[in-house]
Amino acid sequence: MAEKMTGAQIMCEALVREGVEVMFGMPGGAIMPFYYAMYDYRDKLRHILCRHEQGAGHAAEGYARVTGTVGVCVATSGPGATNLVTPIADAWMDSTPIVAITGQVSSAVIGKDAFQETDITGITMPVTKHSYLVKNIEELPTVFKEAFYIASTGRPGPVLIDITKDAQQARTVPNWDVKITLPGYKPTLQGNRKQIMTAVKLLAEAKKPLIMAGNGIIMADATEELRSFAERTGIPVITTLHGIGAFPEDHPLSIGMPGMHGWVHVNRAIQECDVLFNIGARFDDRVTGKVSTFAPNARIIHVDIDPSEIGKNVKTEVPIVGDARMVLMAMLEEMPQRDTTEWMHKIREMQSHHQHRQQYLVREAGTEDILMPHDVYAALTRIMNERGKYRVATDVGQHQMWAAQLIDWYRPRTHITSGGAGTMGFALPAALGAAVACPDETIWVIVGDGGFQMTNQELATIVQEGITNIKVAIVNNGYLGMVRQWQELFEDRRYSHTLLTGPDFAQLARAYGVCGITVEQRGEVEAAIEAAYAHNGPVVIDFRVEREVNVFPMVPQGKSIGDMLTEQPEPTATA
Amino acid sequence: MRKHTLVALMQDRPGVLTRAVSMFRRRGFNIESLAVGHTETPGVSRMTLVVESETVEQVVKQLYRLIEVLKVSDVTFDPTVEREMALVKVHATSTTRSEIVSLAQIFDAKIVDVGTSSLIVEMTGAPGKVENFLEVIRPFGIKEMMRTGRIAMVRGSRTHQASDYIDVEENGHIAAALN
Repeated sequence: MAEKMTGAQIMCEALVREGVEVMFGMPGGAIMPFYYAMYDYRDKLRHILCRHEQGAGHAAEGYARVTGTVGVCVATSGPGATNLVTPIADAWMDSTPIVAITGQVSSAVIGKDAFQETDITGITMPVTKHSYLVKNIEELPTVFKEAFYIASTGRPGPVLIDITKDAQQARTVPNWDVKITLPGYKPTLQGNRKQIMTAVKLLAEAKKPLIMAGNGIIMADATEELRSFAERTGIPVITTLHGIGAFPEDHPLSIGMPGMHGWVHVNRAIQECDVLFNIGARFDDRVTGKVSTFAPNARIIHVDIDPSEIGKNVKTEVPIVGDARMVLMAMLEEMPQRDTTEWMHKIREMQSHHQHRQQYLVREAGTEDILMPHDVYAALTRIMNERGKYRVATDVGQHQMWAAQLIDWYRPRTHITSGGAGTMGFALPAALGAAVACPDETIWVIVGDGGFQMTNQELATIVQEGITNIKVAIVNNGYLGMVRQWQELFEDRRYSHTLLTGPDFAQLARAYGVCGITVEQRGEVEAAIEAAYAHNGPVVIDFRVEREVNVFPMVPQGKSIGDMLTEQPEPTATA
Repeated sequence: MRKHTLVALMQDRPGVLTRAVSMFRRRGFNIESLAVGHTETPGVSRMTLVVESETVEQVVKQLYRLIEVLKVSDVTFDPTVEREMALVKVHATSTTRSEIVSLAQIFDAKIVDVGTSSLIVEMTGAPGKVENFLEVIRPFGIKEMMRTGRIAMVRGSRTHQASDYIDVEENGHIAAALN
């Protein structure tokens, strides 16, 4: 005779059955029964106590992004749950599989504006793939099974489970013999044969074909297939911000990142190509620029596991709904070899004229000592590659675009950033999740001084958990830099509320028990990074960089991607 | 812009209507008419919506992203039976009453309530016919009116049955357990 369990025990057991090892969260009134039960599961379920629920949510995202499995975060009702809204929205925009578990007030007082009651399933409805409000203990095994299945399959995304306190406290003999019946949810994995053949024909006959690889490649574990496909066909590959790592940047067919801060030669190649083969990217406006002028000569093939992404932003000639890996495998079987030498040569020529990654590294006499952001990236790239086994979490803004541009990316799931939502404060907690998942790798956080101040409380979590493999590089320019850049370029240098007088970050780090280093001169950069590696514990390096440096190249918002600012425009007479 | 009539079948689960409506609002889809109700299958709801949109394909695809949605069909170009209903409280004096009654008869509308100075007319019909009826009745003075959303069904043997998309018995059990 099976024993009765509480709802809270069933929740723990369900997590174990789903293979969950770690979760990130913070207790509170309505979720206390779950934490009570968790105490008995502490050998099987590691719980990391974050300092803010937003941190817990981003940590779950970071964990999910590096492992490819579902990240789990936990919060109580009311403010605990609403603090998870930002990471849930972030996971929604970037298709990150997470399950968020929230406590809810008892079913008897739902709708009565009880203490710490908020309608979190209602609040998160537009930013969740699915959500559940569980009031009945009997539903728990099914709900958990469905939630993990929905979060991790098809186009991954966040699923919320909101559980009333009385459902957590009730007792029953759980029925684990549940099968998932979701007749309205059947993701298409195999691409349509006819469309695949059309795509193959288009690509075989194209004069100037281009592959655009997105996050879908990484999530489908299709990097090997992409590589084979590119090598078979000789078609050059561009990788979007979330496609970084889908294709090694030292590969002769890799040409780089497109979009607002992509490279000139990449955007020009898009504007010139005759067939654009997009696999697993969603034609975000930061990639397309002005849509009506995007890829004017191209016939577009779009592979996506989510049918609603196809034709949403860009008119598509060949839609293929399916899993990136399966579609590429099917196409590989049919794809003839072909020659793209001339086209590739042309792109490389454009690249040699327009790509200046070494910009600012070579400097005039008298300015050699000035610390440019570029010095930090150059040193980091060199040392990280020497040391190996690294991943990088970036935040949002100038430092993020420099990281995408200036670091060499080779492997999937090594570049973790907030793309779609553009959530400042993402990097440090996401790195916490990544560090827990990959304890034998070094997790670098590259973050601005603005974003760092949004979630730096998680340094306390890192110290309490004894996490040693996180090293933070603050690219500190004392501004909300990207906004300042826009103000400079497009708003007559009206620096409206972008000037930040931050704390002394090294001292702040020390207050948390973290090693803090300040770097003000170019000559100190490498030694500081080496010192960070030498220190067996978390480190924060405050790189006080030249303050008003802009990210170039740049497509001004609303302009065509063929229309890039490649360098600082001359100041106008009125400015 | 063309108006499209969509028929959607969805599992009757808590929040499913909110999910659909919230999605329309968020994505800026302009819904002209919406009607939801039970179907031949317990636990399955059917939604008829009229959308004015250049991107009806996006409306369909976004509906499919909802986990509970089983089937969405654009029946705009199919031969359909479409119905709306209106309850109209019309100002009616002893002199105008008989005229209103005879107009109602012409339109196959029913008089469902008679008061000293008003009538309630129940008008059911194709959307155009309801519109025409309201036009001729308006001069008498409409005191109160309530119209329903449109419901639609394709003519002939082609069906949009829930049983084509789900295990009817199982879904019935789940729906019963949830209630």
